[in-house]
Amino acid sequence: MREGRDLTGTHLGCEHGVCGACTILVDDMPVRSCITYAVACDGAEVVTIEGLDDDEITRELREAFKREHALQCGYCTPGMLVSARDLVVRSVDADEHDIRVAMSGNLCRCTGYVGIIKAIRSVIAARRGRDIAAVAGGGPQYCGSRRVRSRQRRT
Amino acid sequence: MKPVNFAYQRPRHFGEAMGLLADGGAHAKVLAGGQSLGPMLNLRLVQPELIVDITALDELKRAEKLGDHLVLGACVTHADIEDGRVPDVTNGAMPEVAAGIAYRAVRNRGTIGGSLINADPSADWVSALSALGAEAIVRRADGARTLAVEDFVTGALETVLGANELLEAIRVPAQSASAQWGYYKVCRKTGEYAQAIGAVLLDRPRNVFRAVIGATERKPLVLADARALFGGSDDLAQFDRGAADAMLQSIGMTDALDRQIHTVALARAVRQAAGA
Repeated sequence: MREGRDLTGTHLGCEHGVCGACTILVDDMPVRSCITYAVACDGAEVVTIEGLDDDEITRELREAFKREHALQCGYCTPGMLVSARDLVVRSVDADEHDIRVAMSGNLCRCTGYVGIIKAIRSVIAARRGRDIAAVAGGGPQYCGSRRVRSRQRRT
Repeated sequence: MKPVNFAYQRPRHFGEAMGLLADGGAHAKVLAGGQSLGPMLNLRLVQPELIVDITALDELKRAEKLGDHLVLGACVTHADIEDGRVPDVTNGAMPEVAAGIAYRAVRNRGTIGGSLINADPSADWVSALSALGAEAIVRRADGARTLAVEDFVTGALETVLGANELLEAIRVPAQSASAQWGYYKVCRKTGEYAQAIGAVLLDRPRNVFRAVIGATERKPLVLADARALFGGSDDLAQFDRGAADAMLQSIGMTDALDRQIHTVALARAVRQAAGA
């Protein structure tokens, strides 16, 4: 993705499935790209952070991350946003402990997580407040007609 | 952090997979989700010549109730179990264990069979399935065999699986409505491999009382009859920490702190099962 397609938004961190920086969506489910082979994704839909530019939930998350100072160096942010998006889709309510547990697979070495958790809580609470129901399991159902594809940003 | 070069095959039929593994011999490795194998490949702890990805085999994704058992194909993911996309016969015990495995991104690809065959003592299914009294169904070209999970796992990262054999499915017995279950793991960090695991199942109508102490750096300590830990009774209130400690000593756990952590994990599982 990074070298062949120039989709450099997906960040390489630990490269062995621990840090979550490289999290992407495969068939609408977050996966660790560093331990997922491209050849194993034959026929699957792969969405990187670039593919979420126009996605409604991710836009709300970006605004919340900015407002809550949920990033400093920004290295973990693409993975954070992909994982957070899935959590926003699936979470019935915005319980802080549940969000901390659910986001524990994405490491941030700058922020101390407080801003990140506040940002995610606020988006979940706002969406539930607008009567947008959680989707149990997330996954294939949830992108529906708003499916977005990863695309080459620069040629 | 790159794996060695290897050939990759993703067969569509069981026979094809068995053929590839037979041809590949000791240089072939099965990939059933890759959430443990992936890191090991990247760290070059494993250097295969051939990877046989079995996740496209439909028969390994089946989930069906057969009589008083549930049969789950080896490639059913943790998230499938967590979200209830497959049936449950354990009154919610298995979905809860699944939900506690690593992180969601890992659960989306990691599989129950892959986890069991990896046989990491600190992973959840090795201990949880032993406590549930589950069995492993192992297939080879000319037949199949079924054995208890605690007999399938022979040690840390070791199973009985021979060359030319594949773990096909897990067979889980259905619990009574009144069954009491507790599962507790101690982790340094949420989602990490466990430092200690305790599990207990008391299902009186089926005459089942099992207990497991896992994450012991060897195969888990499985008690098919747990009464020895409860003063000879099936009363969960009679849990005897001294008996658990003695058993841990007898399997060679010399460090007192280690024994303490494992005993506490089991005590908390027992408390959960008792509903306290």
